Amino acid sequence: MYLEFEKPLVELKEKIDRLRGAYNLGNRTVEGEMRKLQREFKEKAKKIYGKLSPWRRILLARHPKRPHTLDYVNRIFKNFQELHGDRSFAEDKAVVAGFGEFYGKKVAVIGHEKGRSTNEKIERNFGMPHPEGYRKAMRVVKLAEKYGYPVVSFIDTPGAYPGIGAEERGQSQAIAESLCTMGFVRVPTLSIVIGEGGSGGALAFGITDRVYIMENAYYSVISPEGCAAILWKDQSKVEEAAKALKITAKELLSLRVVDDVIPEPLGAAHWEPDRSARVVKCFIRRALRELSSLSLEELIEKRVEKFRSMGAYRTA
Amino acid sequence: MGILDRFFKKKEQENLWTKCPDCKTLLYVPDLKKNLKVCPKCNYHFPMGAKERVDSLLEQEDREVLFENILPTDPLNFKDTKSYKDRLKKAQESSGLTEALYVVEGKLGAKRLILSVLDFKFIGGSMGSVVGERFFRACERALERGIPHVSITSSGGARMQEGILSLMQMAKTALGVGLLREKGIPFITVLTDPTMGGVSASYAFLGDVILAEPKALIGFAGPRVVEQTIKQKLPEGFQRAEFLLEKGQIDMVVHRKDLKETLLQLLP
Repeated sequence: MYLEFEKPLVELKEKIDRLRGAYNLGNRTVEGEMRKLQREFKEKAKKIYGKLSPWRRILLARHPKRPHTLDYVNRIFKNFQELHGDRSFAEDKAVVAGFGEFYGKKVAVIGHEKGRSTNEKIERNFGMPHPEGYRKAMRVVKLAEKYGYPVVSFIDTPGAYPGIGAEERGQSQAIAESLCTMGFVRVPTLSIVIGEGGSGGALAFGITDRVYIMENAYYSVISPEGCAAILWKDQSKVEEAAKALKITAKELLSLRVVDDVIPEPLGAAHWEPDRSARVVKCFIRRALRELSSLSLEELIEKRVEKFRSMGAYRTA
Repeated sequence: MGILDRFFKKKEQENLWTKCPDCKTLLYVPDLKKNLKVCPKCNYHFPMGAKERVDSLLEQEDREVLFENILPTDPLNFKDTKSYKDRLKKAQESSGLTEALYVVEGKLGAKRLILSVLDFKFIGGSMGSVVGERFFRACERALERGIPHVSITSSGGARMQEGILSLMQMAKTALGVGLLREKGIPFITVLTDPTMGGVSASYAFLGDVILAEPKALIGFAGPRVVEQTIKQKLPEGFQRAEFLLEKGQIDMVVHRKDLKETLLQLLP
C-alpha cells in the first residue's frame, strides 16, 4: 500500500501510532519518545517529499491511500445530498455531484471519484467517466446556477474513459459541452486538482474562476505513459516524458495555469487526510469570499479572460 | 515486381500517380486534384490542405488571410526524440503554412464569413497555443462583423509538445464558441479525416450544425487506445462518419463536392 521511497516513513509511523495508543491509555512516560519520533518523521518526510522527481509525484497523485473526492466532500461539507443520473441513459458512478452546506451556505459539488476498495473501484470505473458522468455533473451545475449556489469541483481522474459505449454516446460532445457550460455558468466557481488531472476528462470540470492544485497532484494534456508511447515510441521513457511535460504543481503555477498550490501536510496528503481536508477547506473559504465580491457579469468576463490568456505565442 | 508495377512505382515517386488507400486503384494525380481529391472509384476523400480547402470553397476576390502574425514558440523547451523547435521548423517548411490553423475572411458564394481550417500536414493538425489563439480571434472577428464562422477540422488532438498549455486551448476555443452562442452568431463545423482528441472534444463538437466528410475518423480516444483498453476487436466502421451519423452524434455526412452548396443552404 506504500511506495518504495516511502518505506522509511512507514515504520516510523507505526511506532508513533503504537506510542500514541499507549499515551492515550494513560501512559505518560512515552510522551518524550513519541515527540522525538514525530520530529524525526517530519524531518524525514521533508527530505523525501521535498525533492521528488515529476514521475514520483505522479505516483503520489495515484497513491492507493490518497484522499479522493468523497474523502474531502464528507469532511468539508455538511449534509451532502448526492444527486444521480443524466436523465437520458445512466448513472455514472465515476462522477459524484450534489449539494452540500459550507459555513451555513448551500453549494454545489461535482467531482471525479475513483473508489477505494477493489469492488468500488470497478463500480466507479477507476474514476474514468462516460459521457453520462459529464452530463450529470452539468445538470447539477445548471441547477446551481438556477438556485444561485457556488460550484466547487474536485478533479481526480486518469482521463475520460476510452471505450466503445463512451464513443458511441458522444464522449467528445459531452466534454465539449461541459467546457462551455462551466465557462459561462453565472455563479462563482472553483476547482481543485486533488490527484490526477488527466487531460480533457479533467479539464471538463476545470473551467472555473479559481483553479487550485494540491502539492502532489498533477495536471497534464496526456499521461506520461501515453506521451512516451507516442513521442518516444518507447513505454519505458515515462520519467523523461513526465519531466518534459511540466506537469507538477509548481511548474503549472509558473505557467499560470493554476492560481495557487495547496500544501499537503507532512509532505503528502495520505498521511493525514483530516488535516489535508482542513487546509483545502481554508482555500475554498478564501476563494468563495474573494469571488462573492464580484458581480456575475464581472465573474464571467474575468473567467473568459483568464482562459483566453492561457498559451504562449509570439506576434510578428 | 512486373514492368508495369515498376513503371507505376516510379510514377508514384514523381507524384503523378497515387494509390487510393481505400480501394487501391491507381489514380492520376492531376485528375484527382480536379475531382477535389476524391477517388472517382470509391469516393475516398483524400486529406485536403488548408489552402486547397479555402480555394475549393471561397470566391477568389475579396479574401483576407487573418492572424498570420500569430506564431508558435517553444514554451516548455520540449524535446523528445526531436526538439519541438525542429519539428516546428520542418512543419513550416514542408507545409508552406505558418501554423496548423489557417483563417480567412471571405465570401462563400455571396455570403461573407470567417473560415478556419486545420491542416493535418502541420504536426498532425494538432492544437497548440497558436491554433487556440487564432481560433479565438476568428470567433471575435465573426462577432465584430456579425458574420458566421465555419470551421473545418482535421487533427490528431492537442499538441503534446506544449504540454498543459495545449490542453488549455480546449478551454479557450470552447469559450470562443460560447461567445458566438451568446450573441447568436452561427457556427458550423465540418469534421474531416481525422478529427480526434482535444479538437474533437472542444470546438469541433460545439457546432450549431456538425457535418462530416465520408469515412472520416472522428472520436475522443484513438481506435488503438480503445482497442487496448477493452481488449476486443472494434466493430466494423467504428468511429467513422457514417457510424457517428447512425449513433446520432453528427448531423450529416457530406460529399466534398456538395459541401459548398450544403453550407450555403444551412447558413441562416
